[in-house]
Amino acid sequence: MENLVLQALSGLASASSLFLVASGLTVIFGVTRIVNFAHGSFYMLGAYLAWTFVTTLPRGHLGFWGGVLAAALLTGMIGVLVEVLILRRIYRAPELFQLLATFGVVLVVQDLALLTWGAQDLLGPRAPGLRGGTEILGLRFPDYELFLIAVGPVVLGLLLLLFHRTRWGTLVRAATQDREMVGALGVNQRWLFTSVFFLGACLAGLGGALQLPRESVNLHMDLAIITEAFVVVVVGGLGSLAGAALAALLIGELHAFGILVLPKITLVLVFLVMALVLVVRPHGLLGRAPGPPVGGANTAEPVIRPAPPALRWLGFVALAAAVALPPFFGDYALSVLTEIAIFVLFAASLHLIMGPGGMASFGHAAYFGLGAYGAALAAKWLAAPMEVGLLLAPFAVGVFGLLFGWFCVRLSGVYAAMLTLAFAQIAWSIAFQWVEVTGGDNGILGVWPDAWASSKLVFYYLTLALCLAATLLLRRIVHAPFGYALRAQRDSALRSEAIGIDAFRTRWLAFALAAVMAGIAGGLFAYAKGSVFPTFMGIPRSVDALIMVLLGGVQTLSGPIIGALAYTGLQEQLVRLTDYWRLVLGLSIIALVLFFPQGLAGAARSAWEARRGDA
Amino acid sequence: MATLEVEGLAKSFGGVQAVRGVSFAVAPGEMLALIGPNGAGKSTCFNMLNGQLRPDAGRVWLRGQDITGLAPRRVWRLGVGRTFQITATFGSMTVLENVQMALLSHQRRLGGLWTPVRAMDCAPAEALLARLGMAEQAERPCGILAYGDLKRVELAIALANDPALLLMDEPTAGMAPQERVALMALTAGIARERGIAVLFTEHDMDVVFAHADRILVLDRGALIAQGAPAAVRADPRVREVYLGAGH
Repeated sequence: MENLVLQALSGLASASSLFLVASGLTVIFGVTRIVNFAHGSFYMLGAYLAWTFVTTLPRGHLGFWGGVLAAALLTGMIGVLVEVLILRRIYRAPELFQLLATFGVVLVVQDLALLTWGAQDLLGPRAPGLRGGTEILGLRFPDYELFLIAVGPVVLGLLLLLFHRTRWGTLVRAATQDREMVGALGVNQRWLFTSVFFLGACLAGLGGALQLPRESVNLHMDLAIITEAFVVVVVGGLGSLAGAALAALLIGELHAFGILVLPKITLVLVFLVMALVLVVRPHGLLGRAPGPPVGGANTAEPVIRPAPPALRWLGFVALAAAVALPPFFGDYALSVLTEIAIFVLFAASLHLIMGPGGMASFGHAAYFGLGAYGAALAAKWLAAPMEVGLLLAPFAVGVFGLLFGWFCVRLSGVYAAMLTLAFAQIAWSIAFQWVEVTGGDNGILGVWPDAWASSKLVFYYLTLALCLAATLLLRRIVHAPFGYALRAQRDSALRSEAIGIDAFRTRWLAFALAAVMAGIAGGLFAYAKGSVFPTFMGIPRSVDALIMVLLGGVQTLSGPIIGALAYTGLQEQLVRLTDYWRLVLGLSIIALVLFFPQGLAGAARSAWEARRGDA
Repeated sequence: MATLEVEGLAKSFGGVQAVRGVSFAVAPGEMLALIGPNGAGKSTCFNMLNGQLRPDAGRVWLRGQDITGLAPRRVWRLGVGRTFQITATFGSMTVLENVQMALLSHQRRLGGLWTPVRAMDCAPAEALLARLGMAEQAERPCGILAYGDLKRVELAIALANDPALLLMDEPTAGMAPQERVALMALTAGIARERGIAVLFTEHDMDVVFAHADRILVLDRGALIAQGAPAAVRADPRVREVYLGAGH
């Protein structure tokens, strides 16, 4: 009994910290509609800055609390910097582009933190005056945790006062409901957005700084907290402060008691809850259904036409090179080329649902990873030959695609994307925690191709043939009636329903089809690497796919192909050339978002059309 | 048999009774106008006919078949074409492709994964567009069309499944006066020629009195008059609540 009470208390302390981060995220989303991936970076920066301040400033109350506050404020200023330099320029860009930009910031911050503070975990001092513990039901409970428990409600109270008692707060609430209207009423939106970003980043920084006495500061804090914070914000309802508080409480306690009751599935639990909430309440616990999409309904997407002759020739030349040159390459180059071919298919499969389908997926790696695991499990447990493994993988993935898709395609926008993320995390957690079957973190080793395909060159050709065929099939499908129906429901839900198109079924089948294609890519990847790991379906892998599609351009069919080539090639080169490849990659992504909002293929097409128009 | 028969249709939003006990029928080839001041319940009425809204009470029959509460796509399959007050077309497709979508859907060929749409027979779609005077615009993207042309495209889409009933919500809103007359004359011609029953709402009284065979007048959710244009024009209640005291 005593244990349970203490467990509940420590759940409250986690909930408090989680709320600090999530409240900032939800306020930023509410006003700017930006899904801020960099919010975790603000949290991490807060922790690092606090470490620097607290260890530099004289010891004592002033040094510690002053340091924590200074870290929060400085993080807020960094947030302002990010908003003014990057995000301000892309508020009108599609939602996913903003996400991509903030992911670029994540990469940059990671390397800047590495440069500044090094790779070592840093330990901060304990909080002065709160070093001891208090007896509760005969057991000692740390004072600092009690303090944290109090911080959450106090911050919630202050935020509510701020939002309901000040003119600024009223404007923020108004902008959360109807941004256009607030702008039409003559409110300076730039200032409003910047100040909201300052507040949000401050809260994240404060959340990070307050972790100093609890845990070591390290470079993984950003992605660890951002997933949790997303879960809290989505479960609570995007933009809802009270929702975030409620969800933080729920998730915090779930963590605390999950460990006691179901230690085997702690990682899955949170995402299962999120999936459940989204299935039952598509807009979160306290969220409201969003109004009509801002500027999304009637934006003229370009008409999809067959590739112009010039592009066809370019494609043929590239293909000829891909077939003719590899015999002259070494093993390393062949591995890279094999990977590129796989990622082209992976990106093309995501493009089907993102481009023509108009649905966002933050969890497409789930199907890639499931394909890889399908092949690996078939090899390990059934001793299946490679051909069977490669065939089994997409079938298994198709089943999961139908299952997960059935839930995901009912939702729209960020909520749908978050549900895909939840399913991906569930798949990842199972791969990670079901050690008996999947090998857990150690993965499954020894998934090698059959003898006939064991040379790197032969396997490359096999991969090229399969990926090329699948990618071309996807292209074909986009030009076929089904692809048109998919675009029809994206362009106008009203009209497509009025001419007999079942939007749900169309989206669902497209989702499953994309999953199958990603499964083929994943199966090949397993044999190419000779092993599978949970990271195959981790968030970074999903983000890779997103970046490839957006980099190339969502609106063009060649986009994902070009994006995959550019991104895989760039990353491969950068990793070889410099330890700080994240910095360069992050900056490249940000530059791309700012200067090529249509993606590489889109920019090329615009340039080409402009030239043709002049002639 | 009447093409469309409506009996006792009712719908409330919260405490507001938007439509109360509306009954009427449309005959094949008939142009029936549904008019009434803003907020009279015209759009609500319309949206219940093709299944976008589920009525609280009442029945809708299409050619004798009860279609009450069916989803819009099912209602369409049974032969109801519809245009919207604010045009809804597929912006990423050409005019021709827009019409082809409706035709392909009608033929239940939208599941096709192989043959490109561009390689399919587009003669029927072209014929429809020619009938509506849109042949020259066939290859233009719908996203960049002038509003009046979009209305024509919508009409072509709505005619693609050979409907028995055409529902047109403010078909001429946002058009120039000359265009309005031309579009409604065209619609009336096609309706008579094919025996299509047309139910339309309209704010422009010139259009209504020029093209409607019969007029229904809705006020605060209830039908207050129906009949031939001349009779409706003379009806004192209509003059009072709708045309206003000045007329």
